[in-house]
Amino acid sequence: MSHVLETAAGVPSSGPLAEALTMRGKLMELTQASYEAALLPNDAGNLPASLRAALACRMARICQQAGLTQHYADLLAGYGDDADPYQLALPGQMPPADEQRLVAMVDYVDLVTERPRDASEATIGSLRAAGIDEADIVRLAGLVAFVNYQLRVAAVLSVMGKSQ
Amino acid sequence: MSRVIHKFTTRVPTWRPHITPIDFDQATPAQREALKETPSNTKISDYVLVLAHDPEPLRIRTSLFNGIMYDKGGLSREERELGAVAASVVNRCIYCAAVHAQRYNNLTRDERVMQEIFFNGEKADIDARQRAILKFGMRLSECPPQVTEDDIASLREAGLDDQEILDLTLSTTLFGWANRLMHTLGEPVSGA
Repeated sequence: MSHVLETAAGVPSSGPLAEALTMRGKLMELTQASYEAALLPNDAGNLPASLRAALACRMARICQQAGLTQHYADLLAGYGDDADPYQLALPGQMPPADEQRLVAMVDYVDLVTERPRDASEATIGSLRAAGIDEADIVRLAGLVAFVNYQLRVAAVLSVMGKSQ
Repeated sequence: MSRVIHKFTTRVPTWRPHITPIDFDQATPAQREALKETPSNTKISDYVLVLAHDPEPLRIRTSLFNGIMYDKGGLSREERELGAVAASVVNRCIYCAAVHAQRYNNLTRDERVMQEIFFNGEKADIDARQRAILKFGMRLSECPPQVTEDDIASLREAGLDDQEILDLTLSTTLFGWANRLMHTLGEPVSGA
C-alpha cells in the first residue's frame, strides 16, 4: 500500500477495514492525488514545498496524529537542514515579526486548524495586508483544509485498524 | 441590503466571497479543465470560481467530493448528509450546514431531525442511530479530533458496519475540508 494516509494510519492489509477501503479504492486514490496537489504541487506559487511540509507537520502535531506527524517530519527533513529555519513544524513557534507574510500564514494555519468557526472576513484581510496575493491565499486555504481532512481520516483508520 | 447570517438555517443563503472569483472568460486551460465538473453537478458558482485560483487541487477535489457524497453502496445518502451537517455545526459553517440540511430534508421528507440538531446540537432528540452518527461526526470534527475505540464501538452498537463507518468518516471529514474553505474564503448573506 503506497498511499501516504493508509500507511501513516497503519491500516491492516486484510480484514473488514481493508475490504471497506478497497470498495472506496477510487476515493483513496483521489485522496492520495489531493495530497500530492497540496504538498507537492506543480505550481506551488509563493508557498514552496518545504514550507507546505513544515505547516502540515505543525497541523499534524496540533491534531496529535502520530503517523502523519512522522510522515511530515520525514518529508520536511528531505528538503535539507535549512528547510524550516524558524521551526514552524513545532506548534507555538512563530517566525520573527519582520517576516510579515510568514507570520500571517502561520496565524491562519493555527486559527483555521484549531477554531475554524472563529474565522471571519478579517482573517482573509490579515493575509491580504501582509502582501499575500489572492491565488496564494487560495493555495494556503486549500493546504490547511486538505491536511485537516487527511488528519481526521487517519485518526479514525488508526483506531479501527488497531482492533482488527 | 444584504446582511451576514450567523444562525443555522435550512434556507440556503447567498455566499459572498472575500476573494475575487476568476473571470471564466479569461480562464486558463487548466482552470477550464478544473471547472468541467462541479460539486453536486450544480452550476459554476462563485465558490468554485474562487477555488479556481488554484486549479490543480480543485479538479481532484471535485471528483472526490462527488464520490464521497454520491458513490453507490455503503452508508445511505441521507446519513452521509448527516455527517456533513455534524462537521458544519462544529465548524459553524452556516452555508454548508444549510445546503446539506436541506438535502437531508429532501431525501428523508422529515424536517424535524435538522431542526433538533440546529436547536440542540449534540443533545438533539433524534433516534439512537442518528444520535450515534451525529455524536461521532461532532467529536471527530473537534480539534484535536476525538476518536477512540469506544467511539467506534458506539457506532457498531448503533448498527453501523465497517463500510458504513468508513463512509461516515469520509463524508464528515470532507466537510471539515469544505467548511475550512467556505467559511474562511467568504460568508453567507441574506437578501442578496
